[in-house]
Amino acid sequence: MPLLELRNVSRHYGRLSAVDNVSLSIEAGEFFTLLGPSGCGKTTILRMIAGFDAPDTGQILLDGQDLADTPPERRPLHTVFQSYALFPHLSVAENIEFPLKMAQVAASERARRVRETLEAVSLSDKADAMPQQLSGGQQQRVALARALVNQPRLLLLDEPLAALDHKLREQMQMELIGLQRDLGITFVFVTHHQPEALALSHRIAVMNQGHVEQLDEPSKIYAAPRNRFVAHFIGDINLLDCTLLARENDQLRLAIPGLGEILAPAHTTAQPGQTGAFAIRPEQMLIGDPAQHRDLPNRRDGVVRELLYSGDVTTYKVELANGLHIQALLANVKPGLVQFFEVGDAVSVAWPADAGLFLDA
Amino acid sequence: MRKTSPWLWLSALLVCLFLYIPLAVVVVYSFNDSRLNAEWVGFTWHWYQVLLHDEEMLQAAANSIFIAICASLIATTLGTMAGIAIQRYKLRLLPVLTITPVAMPEILLGVSLLLFFIQVLHLTLGLLSVLIAHITFCIGFVAIVVRARLAGMDESIFEAARDLGATPWQTFRLITLPLIMPAVVAGALMSFTLSIDDFVITFFTAGVGVSTLPLQIYSMIKIAVTPEVNAVSTLLMLLTLGMIMLATRFDKSVLRGQG
Amino acid sequence: MRSERLTRWLVTAPPLIFMLVFFVLPTLIVVAASFRYPGEYGGLAPLVPEGYTLETYRFFFSDVIYIEIFLKSLWVAALSTGLCILLAYPLALLITRLPKRWRDLMILLVVLPFASNFLIRIYAWMIILGPQNGFSLAVNTLLGFFGIEPVRLLFSPFAVIVGMVYVHLPFMVLPLYTNLERHDPAWLDAAQDLGANAWQRFWKVTWPLSLPGIYAGSALVFIPVLGMFAIPDILGGTGDILVGNLIKEQFLGTRDWPFGATLSLFLTLIVLAVAALAMRFSRKRLRHA
Repeated sequence: MPLLELRNVSRHYGRLSAVDNVSLSIEAGEFFTLLGPSGCGKTTILRMIAGFDAPDTGQILLDGQDLADTPPERRPLHTVFQSYALFPHLSVAENIEFPLKMAQVAASERARRVRETLEAVSLSDKADAMPQQLSGGQQQRVALARALVNQPRLLLLDEPLAALDHKLREQMQMELIGLQRDLGITFVFVTHHQPEALALSHRIAVMNQGHVEQLDEPSKIYAAPRNRFVAHFIGDINLLDCTLLARENDQLRLAIPGLGEILAPAHTTAQPGQTGAFAIRPEQMLIGDPAQHRDLPNRRDGVVRELLYSGDVTTYKVELANGLHIQALLANVKPGLVQFFEVGDAVSVAWPADAGLFLDA
Repeated sequence: MRKTSPWLWLSALLVCLFLYIPLAVVVVYSFNDSRLNAEWVGFTWHWYQVLLHDEEMLQAAANSIFIAICASLIATTLGTMAGIAIQRYKLRLLPVLTITPVAMPEILLGVSLLLFFIQVLHLTLGLLSVLIAHITFCIGFVAIVVRARLAGMDESIFEAARDLGATPWQTFRLITLPLIMPAVVAGALMSFTLSIDDFVITFFTAGVGVSTLPLQIYSMIKIAVTPEVNAVSTLLMLLTLGMIMLATRFDKSVLRGQG
Repeated sequence: MRSERLTRWLVTAPPLIFMLVFFVLPTLIVVAASFRYPGEYGGLAPLVPEGYTLETYRFFFSDVIYIEIFLKSLWVAALSTGLCILLAYPLALLITRLPKRWRDLMILLVVLPFASNFLIRIYAWMIILGPQNGFSLAVNTLLGFFGIEPVRLLFSPFAVIVGMVYVHLPFMVLPLYTNLERHDPAWLDAAQDLGANAWQRFWKVTWPLSLPGIYAGSALVFIPVLGMFAIPDILGGTGDILVGNLIKEQFLGTRDWPFGATLSLFLTLIVLAVAALAMRFSRKRLRHA
């Protein structure tokens, strides 16, 4: 039995459908992420799990028990709020002690657990500080400690890292992974930040307009997006409109208007005649002199129109014969040794027949 | 939005009734065709007619309006200066001096001015003493509203004006004054309302020579209650209501300033 | 730089001088007057040859009645403040739960009755509590069922308290609302999420965080009630005398000005103490909130 299960959950606000018939199961010990743009319904789902909102139809079950009649304060799960929601009139230790008091834990036991939890988030020296005296990262850790101190079955995290700067964010990501692994508590994490979702999660549900577009492991989501939305939302990708001409063994023959035919791996059950898009990541594209990569089946000539140097890699925007632009990535493994191209250079781009995929939706 | 308990609604509703029923009673009885404020007999304009022929009441009203106009003009000038000075020069003494009279029980200002006028200035109590007293407690209110308006503004615009060649006076006339005008007008309207409404301080500084509307109402309540009081109260309520509405149109902070 | 200093002086001097002359000086006169003898026909006796004396202070402590009146005034002010908190809290809390555009309207509705002349507001209760009026009749009929003698509502301590609360209620609602409006709704969500029920959410989160508003409102109610003479004068009976009535009587009745000045001075000291206390408490809390 899954730890948490959503069965056909829908939530409407007036005529707006925030969550539309969503079903998912989350297993004990999982780091599960709801990923999507703002307004996709991910926060609504989190608030329904916490009990601050209720589904119009459908059920939310914890250990097989319907939660509908359980108010938020009686659910064995806690939330780390986006604004942290630390109580400003209570010290750090008092904030962390709050859920233990509510659960009527004995005073001596409370003191011990608060001390341990403070140690776990390395804030022992801040026990008597007031929340406003702490930095953003420290407040974040107090919010985590407060939600974890009485060992909830499930921890809900609502964009908890959104307010932190880049460096601190990466550090907190590491700490979250460590905490989750050490405590074994199930995390349900909400974010709109896709690199974060990829880095942290065991499984990701990509959401859009109230639907789950794809639910998979991070690597599958990245390598095999199910449709245009997921492909576009996760990472950078080239999307070229095309028609499926034929299936040949384990390969597809695709026709791209103005570019002719290309070969792609056969991941789908789509039948010849179907239109769709050919999706391929910039790092799968090989860029070289017009003479290079003649051995690859998919190869086109083009001109470099823009380039974006970002230290570790350089992204080239190449204009192909039919006016289409595609992006190709070149890793700067040995800066200076690897061949560079300038804007206006004639180049060739090529990719193997097993790279990229055909999206029929 | 959190769910709100029906008990909260009920208790809030009761408090609103507590706030409004008494005033409604006054207004309703002002149209009651009976000398007693006890039961409803029938509709009449009679008490308003009595009011219009009450010479003492009309004289008191004239005094009140005269004092309120003078007091609000002078208090607004001085209060605006105080507001600017407090915000611009971060003075410590001036805010204490202007706001304390507002924060103390009114009776204290009343008796100290009474002592001062008679013992030190040897002034016969009358229009002038009342006017000075009213200015004293209005300045603080104007200063608060003006200062609040200034505090919400980016100070660099005044520096920019100076940087572009304006003298301090030009900066004041062309930049500061137009920007704080809503607060100044609101302060003036508030001063007018406070002055025309004041009872306690006027009570101590008016002497026997001069009467104002609140003093007149007080003596009617104390001596012989007739529904004429209801009529004058209703009119006065309409007047203050109008002034408050007008003042809030100019500056929202008036609502907070009063608290 | 010279024009700068001139401007500063021109802006600051007029209000400063006005307040020094008409507020500071009169206050000092009150202090001085409390050390003088009363004049033969009221007012102050001439300074020469009578001079200064501690007579009024001795007189104040010679009869326990004056201290009793001060204590009674403090009690009335405390009771009125407490009742104002009780009435203002649900109203202020409800307003913060309303949609944004309704809130300003509701606050205006709370402030409006307060904008009418306060004599009128007291007078309204004279009508309502009057013996022939429906409210009095209803109360006495109800008491009759329990076999209790009819009571007089008007000209009683009850009427004084009602008047005090009615007149000063908005002073409590406004600061309380201003405080409650700044509360982050996520605090309540967090408390509930961490296991607090409705009762615990109020007493552990909302109430402690609203204390700065309570302190500010209490000062704004307590202080004017302490000096109020008009409400006991109009709604109270002959025995319902507070400090304000005592002071008024010295200045306009018996015309014993030195004693009146002494009473004013004591009242001023109490007010300053209360204000300092309120400020200290709310500042201590403000550091947190």
